[in-house]
Amino acid sequence: MWADIRLIAGKDLRIEWRSRITLSQVLPFALLVLVLFGFALDANRPVLDAATSGLFWIAVLFVGLMAVQRSTAIETTDGARRALLLAGVEPAAVFLGKALAVALQLLFVETALVGGVIVFYDASIESFPLLAATCVVATVGIAAAGTLLGALVAGVRARETVLPILLLPVLAPVLIGATRAFDDALGTVAVDGWAWLGLLAGFGAINIVLGALAYGVLLEET
Amino acid sequence: MVDSEHTGSRTTRILGIAVILGLIALILLGFFGAPEDDEQRDAVRMIFVHVPSAIFTYVAFTVTAIGSVMWLFRRSIWWDTVAAAAAEIGVLFCGLTLFTGSVWGRPTWNTYWDWGDVRLVTTLILFLMMIGYLSVRSLGGGERATATRAAIIGVLAMVLIPIVNRSVEWWESNTLHQKSSLTDGNLEDLTLFTLVVGFVVWGLFFTWSLIHRFRISWLERELRVRDLDQALVERRAEGREHEGQPV
Repeated sequence: MWADIRLIAGKDLRIEWRSRITLSQVLPFALLVLVLFGFALDANRPVLDAATSGLFWIAVLFVGLMAVQRSTAIETTDGARRALLLAGVEPAAVFLGKALAVALQLLFVETALVGGVIVFYDASIESFPLLAATCVVATVGIAAAGTLLGALVAGVRARETVLPILLLPVLAPVLIGATRAFDDALGTVAVDGWAWLGLLAGFGAINIVLGALAYGVLLEET
Repeated sequence: MVDSEHTGSRTTRILGIAVILGLIALILLGFFGAPEDDEQRDAVRMIFVHVPSAIFTYVAFTVTAIGSVMWLFRRSIWWDTVAAAAAEIGVLFCGLTLFTGSVWGRPTWNTYWDWGDVRLVTTLILFLMMIGYLSVRSLGGGERATATRAAIIGVLAMVLIPIVNRSVEWWESNTLHQKSSLTDGNLEDLTLFTLVVGFVVWGLFFTWSLIHRFRISWLERELRVRDLDQALVERRAEGREHEGQPV
């Protein structure tokens, strides 16, 4: 199982690395979103300070959408889904592998985004462990929910437009939880960020279990 | 069933008449029977629509969730059709709940929308999720594929709603939403009676529209299947006609 997960994740990451799309398009897009928020809020320091965590995670959600779209597109072109099904790999392993690949790409972009909010929004990190833990746990949830819903819309024509309306409401708890945890990690609001991690972990666990269970059915029937 | 010209039957006609009579009674009771509230004045009359809509939103989405599970485990088209019908009515009720809630909130809380209110925000997220559910149903594709996609979203929504609720609860740990008016014992007798009438009318309307919506979907499906069979027969007949003729 673990070998299969690594195999699938490795395949997706290798495709990404060769196309350089994350590096040359997604990453600049994420930074662009940060800059645009700066313009939209009139570069008003107190407002930016208060909104930094939220803006960071909105940018991550947008990037997450792009990453999931890419991850889904890999399987829909050239009948790759059929091939994957015939390869005899456990569907759960395919799901976990693809989610892992999406999560790793997102974490890479998030690292750059943290740099971005430090430079553009003058954010300072009060608790690095909390910041890192929030990024990892929230990203696992986003990647799992995204991969599941991505597979769900893989076979339909309007998938680019329907994915956001499905995924973004589902990710509402992640946005709330990760933003609050970040508020604590950046020291902008006095809340208990670690308590929010529990909620994010619960969200991630539910989506991993549901995704692992449903992925086989989706691969075969849609 | 496919040959009937409409989706009505004796039962639904009786149900429909009961809904109309009930609505008339509810309007009379709501506007003229029930007294105005000491604090909320006339705005209190909104609960006769708001509370039944909210309750039946959850009833409808529970039916959708059950139907989704039944599709995933039993592959029952009947249950899938029920789930779809309930989801449509649920979205209607949910929209009505949110709308009447905002209209009621303006004079009572002095705001249309309160971000700190857990039930309000959770209901909105649920509304958006179920709109996603309906849009997936309308995407087309094969019958089984659509049913499976929709069922997974139905289950996902059901499982995630407690998490959404919990997150909003922690997010702003205050709430404007009043505790249940039914259990605090402060309602006037006639107000309570009108509310009960509201529940009954909404329940009848829910049942009536669920049956009709189900029958429409079922007939549409039978029509699709019949069209396909018909086309197959015709093509085969054409094939036979051309047999033996030079190509």
